[in-house]
Amino acid sequence: MTSISVLKQREKQIYQKGKQPFEMTCDTKSLAGAVSQRACVFCGSRVVLYPIADALHLIHGPIGCASYTWDIRGAQSSGPELHRMSFSTDLSETDIIYGGEKKLKRALLELIDKYSPKAAFIYCTCIVGIIGDDVDAVCRQVEEETHIPVIAVHSEGFKGTKKDGYKAACDALFSLIERNKTPRITIPDSINILGEFNIGGETWMIKKYYEAMGVKVVSVITGDGRVDEVMQAGNAALNVVQCSGSVTHLAKQMEKEYGIPFIRVSYFGIEDTSDALYQVAVFFDKNPEILKKTQDLIKKEVQAIIPRLETMKKDLEGKKAAIYVGGAFKAFSLIKALKTLGMEVILAGSQTGTQEDYEVLRQMCNEGTVILDDSNPLELAKYSVEKDADLFIGGVKERPIAYKMGIGFCDHNHERKIPLVGFEGMVNFAKEVHGTVTSPVWDLVPRRQKPAGKEGAI
Amino acid sequence: MTLRKYKDTPSYTATQNACKMCTPLGATLVFQGIEGCVPLLHGSQGCSTYMRRYLISHFKEPVDIASSNFTEETAVFGGGANLKLAIENVARQYAPAMIGIATTCLSETIGDDVQLILNSMGNTINDTALVHVSTPSYTGTHVDGFHGAVAAVVDRFNPVDKRIVYRPKKKKKINLFPGMLSNEDLRHLKDIFEAFHTPVTILPDYSERLEGPSWQEYQAIQKGGTPMSEIEKMNVAVHSMEFGAVLALAAENGQETAGDILNKRFGIPCTRLPIPIGVKATDRFLDNLSRISGRPVPERYRKEKWRLVDAYVDGNKYVSKKRALIYGEEDFVVSMAGFLAEVGIIPVLCASGGKSKTFKKALEQTLPETLIDQAVIQNDMDFTCMEETAAAMPEDQKPELIIGNSKGYAMARRLKIPLVRVGFPIHDRVGGARILHVGYKGAQQLFDNIVNTILTARQTESRIGYSYM
Repeated sequence: MTSISVLKQREKQIYQKGKQPFEMTCDTKSLAGAVSQRACVFCGSRVVLYPIADALHLIHGPIGCASYTWDIRGAQSSGPELHRMSFSTDLSETDIIYGGEKKLKRALLELIDKYSPKAAFIYCTCIVGIIGDDVDAVCRQVEEETHIPVIAVHSEGFKGTKKDGYKAACDALFSLIERNKTPRITIPDSINILGEFNIGGETWMIKKYYEAMGVKVVSVITGDGRVDEVMQAGNAALNVVQCSGSVTHLAKQMEKEYGIPFIRVSYFGIEDTSDALYQVAVFFDKNPEILKKTQDLIKKEVQAIIPRLETMKKDLEGKKAAIYVGGAFKAFSLIKALKTLGMEVILAGSQTGTQEDYEVLRQMCNEGTVILDDSNPLELAKYSVEKDADLFIGGVKERPIAYKMGIGFCDHNHERKIPLVGFEGMVNFAKEVHGTVTSPVWDLVPRRQKPAGKEGAI
Repeated sequence: MTLRKYKDTPSYTATQNACKMCTPLGATLVFQGIEGCVPLLHGSQGCSTYMRRYLISHFKEPVDIASSNFTEETAVFGGGANLKLAIENVARQYAPAMIGIATTCLSETIGDDVQLILNSMGNTINDTALVHVSTPSYTGTHVDGFHGAVAAVVDRFNPVDKRIVYRPKKKKKINLFPGMLSNEDLRHLKDIFEAFHTPVTILPDYSERLEGPSWQEYQAIQKGGTPMSEIEKMNVAVHSMEFGAVLALAAENGQETAGDILNKRFGIPCTRLPIPIGVKATDRFLDNLSRISGRPVPERYRKEKWRLVDAYVDGNKYVSKKRALIYGEEDFVVSMAGFLAEVGIIPVLCASGGKSKTFKKALEQTLPETLIDQAVIQNDMDFTCMEETAAAMPEDQKPELIIGNSKGYAMARRLKIPLVRVGFPIHDRVGGARILHVGYKGAQQLFDNIVNTILTARQTESRIGYSYM
């Protein structure tokens, strides 16, 4: 493994706990030529808005961006499924020369007529920023003609990182909420669920908890999302923000403009789920009924799953895990959840963490744990093998790295189809981890082979 | 029974569920098929990440694609500096034999002259060759990027002024440009050449690199791929073969293919054939190979052929007059249609997202006139238009079988028609890269798969079910 060296410019984005004083560079653009696991601004926007199932999502640009994002996420809808279609203006050479505005308008009018969406989001890709299409103007015209919100998402790929894409999506969402002209009221004991995307039906599981607690959910942004529901978001008493990176910007905007406070939570793992629900209950302490119901709910749910976790924990005790995820907040939850299962984290990293995030990570991790920002396949492989990981948790791009090295893998990205949130989700997570870590196939992979000649010799 | 021809296909401004990918994707796949080569996209970070994840989901293997990672300043002031930095970093971290640089819509639109930038670097860095292919995603599809990259690589390593010192007389070497085939297809082709005792250089060959073993130590670049030393010797081959009926027509119309370059510069004859899917197309391939190599078709292939024909006979009732919708890359659809026709399946809708002007002509050369008359043939088509066209067909003309990559699954599910997964990409099953299409053996597997799909549907729909055929 000595053959893999780390690029000089990346050294400050890698930290091994205990070795030297903590100093980490992050929040930078990816280094040219490093094979970053990140995507682009467009990707960030698409992820956040994607689950709004009754909106038209039109990607303005050549075909690639639409092709590669067609139905790639596990975000479920209880009704319409327009979000699972891939719409593109599919710009050709003449459009690049003469501009794509006319084609965009024609495409929009045609698609709105055909599918009757409740709103339309137009994603600007790299090229739109270069050829200078006035997408906002086209949106205004079409909105006037069709009487549905038509919103430009300024997600040109090169204009920053995935985080800037989150911000562009938040701007689009706020612009949608602002279109609600009915006077705002504050519904008592009500929340918006932010940053929850209904992967594998997770939104429904979380909503059930809140129902049981007596808390009203005004809107979910954007899991199983509907345009009308999102537009009601200004009426909630509290914003409960999951997935810190993606929608905090919207929560801050709503706090500033509407005075709606927000809290940051995670629904991953027993500890964090319980904590999330308690935080909400405590916020509504004027209604003691809620806290009472919350206590009952958590007690009941935890009691139901503990025995199931304990059985699996026996096999997992002491196993080592590597974590590489999009947002650092998810990494925090994963570390706690893995501890619940008796596992140790030997590598933790994220695509978009901040200085503070990494400080928290450092405090949570044991001595020797490697902490990575905006890593790449070579580094991820190098450290997972050096630290002898039994499990890697990441997304599709990390899977083959783990598998090639004969390491178990668990998908914790938006592409997965299994719900991992809440109490029931913790059981699913444990099953996933247990299934892969205890698979007998690892005994057969090269990394676990005994050196030749050591066996069978008399 | 002759079907009436159903002519109207819907037409929209927007593309809805595209049946194609963008141009650079094809180029990155070719670069994966060259030993020690790292693909580098000159554009935004997203392009390389999206293409990586698309390819990884099919091959289930690491697919590294570097990016020059444009920023706002890069877009304004030009990407030269970023490209150079990217090349330096890739060279340092991977020590590759070659860096294959494909452009994107962004770098093409701002007018970066990549070749000029590479020239200024002497087209190499340390011992790494730098090869560029222009792939603006607003022209063509991934197939054009694929053929463009093959031609660019051949062009680079076989320059006009290359002096040929020694052309082996005894060991007659053949160049094969197979087009976009599966790993299993490439492996099977290599076996065939070996059985003919004829050395071959296949470009590209990603069959090892994108389907290798688990490792003891992480490999920055997986093993496998066509070695550059072989590519450099393509000019001493006795013959080139190029697969693809549509590509052949494009070459006739002046598109410069890899085979063309070698023909013009070194006088190497080039035989163009459709992708050998089915008995007739495989016969043609093996006969040509026999002629070119001067060796008889090995006995094992005769056996394979007659076993296949016997299987066609055994299964004929189940497939005869069945109607199929096929889609995918144009060349793939043309050859697949030829195979379906020879077993008695009627391709009622032949669709592709490709944009050549010769798709129909290639099919006309492949299918008998009676079938052409019954088929809707349409390229530049997306899945929504395909689905609407199929749904609008009269009941007795509707497809009963859908044949193509996994992107047609949603359509097949809505139409309630069974889908036989072939081609690229296969994102919802394992083993997509192990599907064999070419040769008698490939046709055997396709035939069994298709018959069994029909039988499964019959069994499922049957009121009582049955345990004998």
